[in-house]
Amino acid sequence: MASLISCPHCGIRPKEEYAIKGAALPRPAPDAPRSVWFDHVFLRDNPRGPYEEYWHHAGGCRRWLIVTRDTATHEVLACRDAGAEPAVTA
Amino acid sequence: MRYSALSIFLNGLRGNTGWTSAWHFPEPRPHYDVIIVGGGGHGLATAYYLAREHGITNVAVLEKGYVGSGNVGRNTTIIRSNYLLPGNNPFYELSLKLWEGLEKDLNYNAMVSQRGVINLSHNDSQYAAQMRRGNAMRLHGVDAELLDREQVRSMLPYLDFDNARFPVLGGLLQRRGGTVRHDAVAWGYARAADQRGVDVVQNCEVTGIRRENGRVVGVETTRGFIGCGKLALAAAGNSSRVAAMADLKLPIESHVLQAFVSEGLKPFIDCVVIFGAGHFYVSQSDKGGLVFGGDIDGYNSYAQRGNLATVEHVAEAGVALIPALSRVRVLRSWGGIMDMTMDGSPIIDRTPIDNLYLNAGWCYGGFKATPASGYCFAHLIARGEPHPTTREMRLDRFERGYAIDERGLGAQPNLH
Repeated sequence: MASLISCPHCGIRPKEEYAIKGAALPRPAPDAPRSVWFDHVFLRDNPRGPYEEYWHHAGGCRRWLIVTRDTATHEVLACRDAGAEPAVTA
Repeated sequence: MRYSALSIFLNGLRGNTGWTSAWHFPEPRPHYDVIIVGGGGHGLATAYYLAREHGITNVAVLEKGYVGSGNVGRNTTIIRSNYLLPGNNPFYELSLKLWEGLEKDLNYNAMVSQRGVINLSHNDSQYAAQMRRGNAMRLHGVDAELLDREQVRSMLPYLDFDNARFPVLGGLLQRRGGTVRHDAVAWGYARAADQRGVDVVQNCEVTGIRRENGRVVGVETTRGFIGCGKLALAAAGNSSRVAAMADLKLPIESHVLQAFVSEGLKPFIDCVVIFGAGHFYVSQSDKGGLVFGGDIDGYNSYAQRGNLATVEHVAEAGVALIPALSRVRVLRSWGGIMDMTMDGSPIIDRTPIDNLYLNAGWCYGGFKATPASGYCFAHLIARGEPHPTTREMRLDRFERGYAIDERGLGAQPNLH
């Protein structure tokens, strides 16, 4: 994986400062059908290739970020603040 | 050819020119009764037990690389059945019983060595949890011994018992656990399945699943279309990708787990030592190298290699537990792709498609399960109903609320 990650707030920082939570999935509405929630909690596309993940910049700005990373090459393709995303979809 | 001491002796007299290939290299036929995707331990074992237990021999195992190139050759070779939950324990105990008779069954030396597996505890609550686990095992008829600090010291005098953060208080020992030479497992099953008429087709990657009227009729491969009556998936870390060819979305993420081997040392560690609190475990191979590993790296990966931060963490944990390791040199490290489920337990089940069967989600416990996984998957494919020990390992258990959450962590695959 890239050793340096470009944080939108802190600039280029070592990847050890970040904690990886997992898939960045849009959170369903609270009253969404059971099947939608099941899909959100348990099912994953799990692609071989680009994948969006929530990362926490624990050793920096402490913001949640969305990092686009290739799961086959470990290349980091993009990094943006998660706060800019709509909180609720579906 | 049957292997025996006599065959070694006679071939030695002939300058070892009489040995033949352990299995054939067949061209795929146009149609099989059963196609198994994935020529790793689980796929080959499934083919072997389909032939031996159910008389189904018109079977092909399709492997994208060569036999033993995937996780069956990338693990740390440990076998054990020290599981807590009733949905898991009888299955892993069946597996351990099959390991105990495996070499005779296969006529192949897999170096099954029941040298004991010890899980260490470092505080009262962990010790109590081990007591509970040991009792659960004994209620299932599995051997378990709870050791106090002095009993552990007599077995493993080189541990740092007074470590400031993780002092060793005791341990849970399963004497029947141990190690097996993993390559020999793949080769032994491939040879035994081949002898019973199974086609083991290497360098044949499945690229598509062809369906007609809601049923699978065959697979597209890099060596052309091959028709089948039933299709069985045993693709480990690539399960999600193969299942997606049939429009299935699985409760699985693929993660990388690293393992390491050191330079050869004189006999030092005579059992498997698991330091769960520090994310480290170690055994010593018959060749002398220490085989060790830790936890998964913690992010989705198909790369079969990990990051140095995990290497450092594993090495630190190892030296914290066994200070004598501090000057041991590591020879090799490698990564395997683990199919991590949402509860840390596997899936052996039918799918919504009538003649498609799924064997996946082994997390990092797949090697020890190899014989029982093949045995039970073959049972499911041949009879259409689950083997009694895999009744709870269903694909739809998450939706119905019957997860087998051995570690109580919930739907966070990077924590299992």
